[in-house]
Amino acid sequence: MFETVMQALLEGFFQTLHIFILTLLGALPIGLIIAFGSMSKFKPLRYLVRTIVWVVRGTPLMLQLIAIYYGPGLIFDNNFWGQGNEGRFIAVIVAFILNYACYFSEIYRGGIESIPKGQYEAGQVLGMTKPQIFFKIVLMQVVKRIIPPMSNEIITLVKDTSLSRVIAVYEIIWAGQAYIKSDGIIWPLFFTGVFYLVFNGLLTLLFGFIEKKLNYYRG
Amino acid sequence: MSVLKVENISKNFGSSEVLRDISFTLEKGDVLAIIGSSGSGKTTLLRCLNFLETPDTGRIYVNDELLLDCADKTTMRESEIRTKRLHFGLVFQNFNLFPQYNILKNVSLAPSLLKLGTPEEIDTNAKKLIERVGLSDKLDSYPCQLSGGQQQRVAIARALALNPDILCFDEPTSALDPELTGEVLKVIKGLKGSDSTMIVVTHEMEFAKNVADKVIYMADGIIEEMGTPDEIFNNPKSDKTRAFLAKSLENL
Ligand SMILES: Nc1ncnc2c1ncn2[C@@H]1O[C@H](COP(=O)(O)OP(=O)(O)OP(=O)(O)O)[C@@H](O)[C@H]1O
Ligand SMILES: [Mg+2]
Repeated sequence: MFETVMQALLEGFFQTLHIFILTLLGALPIGLIIAFGSMSKFKPLRYLVRTIVWVVRGTPLMLQLIAIYYGPGLIFDNNFWGQGNEGRFIAVIVAFILNYACYFSEIYRGGIESIPKGQYEAGQVLGMTKPQIFFKIVLMQVVKRIIPPMSNEIITLVKDTSLSRVIAVYEIIWAGQAYIKSDGIIWPLFFTGVFYLVFNGLLTLLFGFIEKKLNYYRG
Repeated sequence: MSVLKVENISKNFGSSEVLRDISFTLEKGDVLAIIGSSGSGKTTLLRCLNFLETPDTGRIYVNDELLLDCADKTTMRESEIRTKRLHFGLVFQNFNLFPQYNILKNVSLAPSLLKLGTPEEIDTNAKKLIERVGLSDKLDSYPCQLSGGQQQRVAIARALALNPDILCFDEPTSALDPELTGEVLKVIKGLKGSDSTMIVVTHEMEFAKNVADKVIYMADGIIEEMGTPDEIFNNPKSDKTRAFLAKSLENL
């Protein structure tokens, strides 16, 4: 029994991991683009982006999942996510990326805006181009400053993946809960918690390590 | 041929006139000290020269080449400004070193991004400049591990690495503890006589008196008086200059 349960939980955990990794891969770069949009000198773009961020951050992720999956089908009479599990999975990834990119964008923006103007000006008077100034001078300093809020957000993401079940995408808690109905046992659910704990523990160690690595300088 | 010619520079921030009709010239190798009370526009003038601010009127020539003419928008293209500002270097009041890079990289970063030589040449040159400011033993240190005076000397080496025609200093010692100003002023003084033309905004009257070839006293955005250190400090013509000098001696 234990082995079968663990097998099922592991499968659910891989699905969780899958959502987690794809979301990060999408949301980390897209968040940076959104951050630039929200700092744009072009007002209409800035307001548009900030409004989107406000809506996404101001409404529950669960609601966004449901709206993104069912919305197109009900409004346009065309479920372009495709039928079956694959369609659901794509919708989940899109919703997670959108949601987390908006949260990340605010962290990036805070980080970028906290870099003193003098750093840009020092780069400018040394004849560097704007991209050089951003990538060679500013970005590293931003990364150092945003590691703590980012690690919080990423650990929240690990736990948020469980929300994907609202549009019937299989993940680890679902796997554990299934045994309550089928076999009347609760301990598999307990082990799902262990999976989360261990995984978040590893992430915490990783972020601690990165933070320490970047501690070779102040500022 | 003068290395720098500034003609009729004016600059407003909103309704406040910060610079009015500033004109002066510098010969190669000159050290110009700019003195004046707080808010008189000294920093703004240096920022205009380094294209960090755009003046409202006026022209800037370097080696007789017209770099900026406020009446001619074609001289203000973003892409050209980047190369034009390389005629100038700027050392900031608060250093603005790059905290994540060690001293060697702080000095060599810009030359390598601008591809001013092979990596070996750039490295050798950077080390030579760091030696010149007396910090050869700190190549691998990070800015946060240095004293303010040492950081400012790195900033000077960093500016020198691009070999600017005119090196500007904005109160290079005013963020430093008094006992550290000497080492920085000594480095600046040591640059004199090589080809470097320098503009030093300073509150260090002794330095202006002893090192500068030319002194400008600024008040309320205009050049109130300009001359040799002897003329300005010993025989000021304007009452304002006299009052300013009397006051700054009082503060000592
Ligand atoms: N970006 C800006 N926007 C608006 N006003 C400004 C700006 N920069 C400078 N000023 C104003 O311009 C005037 C001149 O400033 P500036 O910094 O050039 O003076 P300064 O001579 O360098 O003074 P200090 O000795 O205190 O450094 C000041 O009144 C200042 O408030
Ligand atoms: Mg100033």
